[in-house]
Amino acid sequence: MTALDDVVVKDGVDAETVEAVKGLSGVYKHGWNTDIEMEYAPKGLSEDIVRLISAKNDEPEWMLDWRLDAYRRWVKLDEPKWAMVDYPEIDFQDQYYYARPASMAVKPKSLDEVDPKLLETYKKLGIPLKEQALLAGVEPAPEDRKVAVDAVFDSVSLGTTFKSELAKAGVIFCSISEAIKDYPDLVRKYLGSVIPASDNYYATLNAAVFSDGSFVYIPKGVRCPMELSTYFRINAENTGQFERTLIIADEGSYVSYLEGCTAPQRDIAQLHAACVELVLLDDAEIKYSTVQNWYPGDENGKGGIYNFVTKRADCRGDRSKVMWTQVETGSAVTWKYPSCILRGDDSQGEFYSIAIANNMQQADTGTKMVHLGKNTKSRIVSKGISAGRAQNTYRGLVSMHPKAKNSRNYTQCDSLLIGSKCGAHTVPYIEVKNNSSRVEHEATTSKVDDDQLFYCRSRGMDEEEAVALVVNGFCKEVLQALPMEFAMEAQALVAISLEGSVG
Amino acid sequence: MVVDARKITTDERLAALTLPSGGGWLGAARKNALGRLQAVGLPTRRDEYWRYTNPAPFNRATPAQGAGGPGEDPFAGMDAYVITIDGDALDLPDGAPDGVEINTLSQAAEADIHWARDLYATLEAAGSRPVSRPFAMLNSAFATGGLAIRVTGPVARPIHIRTIGGTDPILHHLIKVDADASVTVLESGSAGARSNIVTEVDVADTAAFHHIRMQGPDATQQIDTHLFARLGRRATFKSFTLSANVQLTRNEAILEIVGDDASAHVGGAAFGRGDFHHDDTVFVTHGALNGESRQVFKKVLRDGATGVFQGKILVREGAQKTDGYQISQALLLDDDAQFLAKPELEIYADDVACSHGSTTGAIDETALFYLRSRGVPKRVATDLLVLSFMAEAVEEIADEDLRAHIGAVLADWLSRH
Repeated sequence: MTALDDVVVKDGVDAETVEAVKGLSGVYKHGWNTDIEMEYAPKGLSEDIVRLISAKNDEPEWMLDWRLDAYRRWVKLDEPKWAMVDYPEIDFQDQYYYARPASMAVKPKSLDEVDPKLLETYKKLGIPLKEQALLAGVEPAPEDRKVAVDAVFDSVSLGTTFKSELAKAGVIFCSISEAIKDYPDLVRKYLGSVIPASDNYYATLNAAVFSDGSFVYIPKGVRCPMELSTYFRINAENTGQFERTLIIADEGSYVSYLEGCTAPQRDIAQLHAACVELVLLDDAEIKYSTVQNWYPGDENGKGGIYNFVTKRADCRGDRSKVMWTQVETGSAVTWKYPSCILRGDDSQGEFYSIAIANNMQQADTGTKMVHLGKNTKSRIVSKGISAGRAQNTYRGLVSMHPKAKNSRNYTQCDSLLIGSKCGAHTVPYIEVKNNSSRVEHEATTSKVDDDQLFYCRSRGMDEEEAVALVVNGFCKEVLQALPMEFAMEAQALVAISLEGSVG
Repeated sequence: MVVDARKITTDERLAALTLPSGGGWLGAARKNALGRLQAVGLPTRRDEYWRYTNPAPFNRATPAQGAGGPGEDPFAGMDAYVITIDGDALDLPDGAPDGVEINTLSQAAEADIHWARDLYATLEAAGSRPVSRPFAMLNSAFATGGLAIRVTGPVARPIHIRTIGGTDPILHHLIKVDADASVTVLESGSAGARSNIVTEVDVADTAAFHHIRMQGPDATQQIDTHLFARLGRRATFKSFTLSANVQLTRNEAILEIVGDDASAHVGGAAFGRGDFHHDDTVFVTHGALNGESRQVFKKVLRDGATGVFQGKILVREGAQKTDGYQISQALLLDDDAQFLAKPELEIYADDVACSHGSTTGAIDETALFYLRSRGVPKRVATDLLVLSFMAEAVEEIADEDLRAHIGAVLADWLSRH
């Protein structure tokens, strides 16, 4: 039985919506754990642990210095309290910062040498770690639906698929620990250039203790021949996962990147503090899609992942374009604002988000669109759905700097509440410092694209139906771009309508 | 050692003030407010609700500059009962309309039993949660004057509170509107170089309170106001403020709907140029069924003027069938003006319709071109478009005569400033 079974649903919310949310709120299907021998760093956080993580990854001196600098900053910082989330104080000394399957002590040369138990884990999750265009449970896909995967298990990357095929195109796709060794110039140039080690409490913590993550470099003019993805799995108990992803899209390049995450069902909350940095040079384009399905805790809020993530794209180049798409269904507490720095002239940022919070989940998520360059455009579409006793907050910033002439922003954020014990909140910040830019923030369902609405209505639909069709049609398009593993959730989400929604 | 800037600022400000003498219920309320202020301290730029307005001018021990002139009376010619507060001089003229009893705050304080006792600083204290309002606390502690207005029936003529003179006045008004009673209160004047005015309004079941306030034009003034209101069942509250060219304004409205079927509207139109900073901070709480609220704010800004809107609709658990609406719009007439907005919703009930919108941009060039092609000079065409932009806010004024009057004042102020 789920917490939604006894909820009285108000008129106007259609049954399909409720069923879809119920489907998502049922038993967490990735809650099993992999029984495997693990190797841990000592519990707690200190300079020694930072040194140990650096040593485990066999890092150069400059990397250790960067980490230590971050650690020394972090100890002086206070945990931010401004988000509308409430959780017991985290004891940063009472957890492990490094956990590695014992079998990974000697890094396997290829995935074939990886412990079968680990490979089994990914198979069970439906993540293809064999270089074939097959996705779990699907008939052979066309050749062009290949997805290269970097599989991160607790603190280490198990391996990356399709490396050689990608290399032919000049694309570098590997774990960040390998990149630090193999491509130090690129890493040194770009790591921390989007999210400095001093950025915020969790980003600073991440800079000190990140153990692995993914690294991508797409060279000039290259359209990445396949989708890239990282699958994060937290398995160990009392262990935080701190991964760092760095994607560099050189001039005129394109990549679509997918990220998924799950964790076993445990009674004690676990911390996940990741950083994702995207760098876009002239005419580059990155699509970054996330289905976040960390263990959300049980109906009473016991356990679950605290997901404190900093994601930021720096559109350095003119005409560069970034699109963040996120489907947030998991985590006990989410604190996450994928952002776009629109520095290059004519650059574009988009943020599409569906956040579902159920039971005792708390989500404080949104985006920042910082317009610095001329003729920059941004678009924010956020759908928040709250059920059970959950709290779901959209928090977003749109900032038009004085030099961002002729820029545009359109923001739409809608929330839906199912049941009378949950909350839905909207906290937008709008800062406009020049008059040739236009900023529109809407939180009403009546202001979707008027032409499309008019068309639907001229076909006999009422306004609610028309809005739902327009927005769901849009969602479907975005969600269908996700790999099949995410498709199950995506399909369920598509059914969710906007009926009865509030700003 | 970490220096606590907040404490230093608070101590310096408090050192320059003297708690007015006199005991009784008012003395106790003042001490209570002072205690609350000392506990939270005066705001700093780092505080979430002061991120867009620098509180420093309000924190100063003394105002930065001298007082401007009293200005003209924007309600001149209206048939209203006018109470003039000139510095510390507050005389209640004869001829108060039927259905209203008016005392000065000091008269009310002299009485052991007075209705004002239950209202003074009550809504202010309640409205300081969850966001503290330190300048309202300061006002409750140090108010040097004010009015206690009890409305017992329908009042035919508006009551006009005209505040002029003084150097750094701190005024605290109490208005209690009994069941089935109704009143219109007008406010105008340029009090001192800096003023701090708190108004607490208790609108009983089925009562109605209408409020029209004019601020400016006075480029030397710094104004900090708080309007606290509590609405009973089927109560109506409507407040509208027209502001022009006041150097620094922070108008806070903190409204709480506690009775079912109540309606709270708060709106404002502001325009200014140059050294002009105008902040509307609104917090509407729905705590009952079928509540309706509207926040409609328009700002026209030029030559480096800054407009701020922080609006919040809070719908408590169980406040079903709430209809909350919020719109904030800014027209930036040149590239130096800026608009900073934070329109918030916090909703804990599922059967509600709440929406908000915010737009910022330049004047519609097509419309301007059209008017000019018809031979309308640019200045006049701009004024016309500004007036039409402001119209939605002015429309919030329910009373037809007052609406027309405000529209005319707005047009006049625009043409001259």
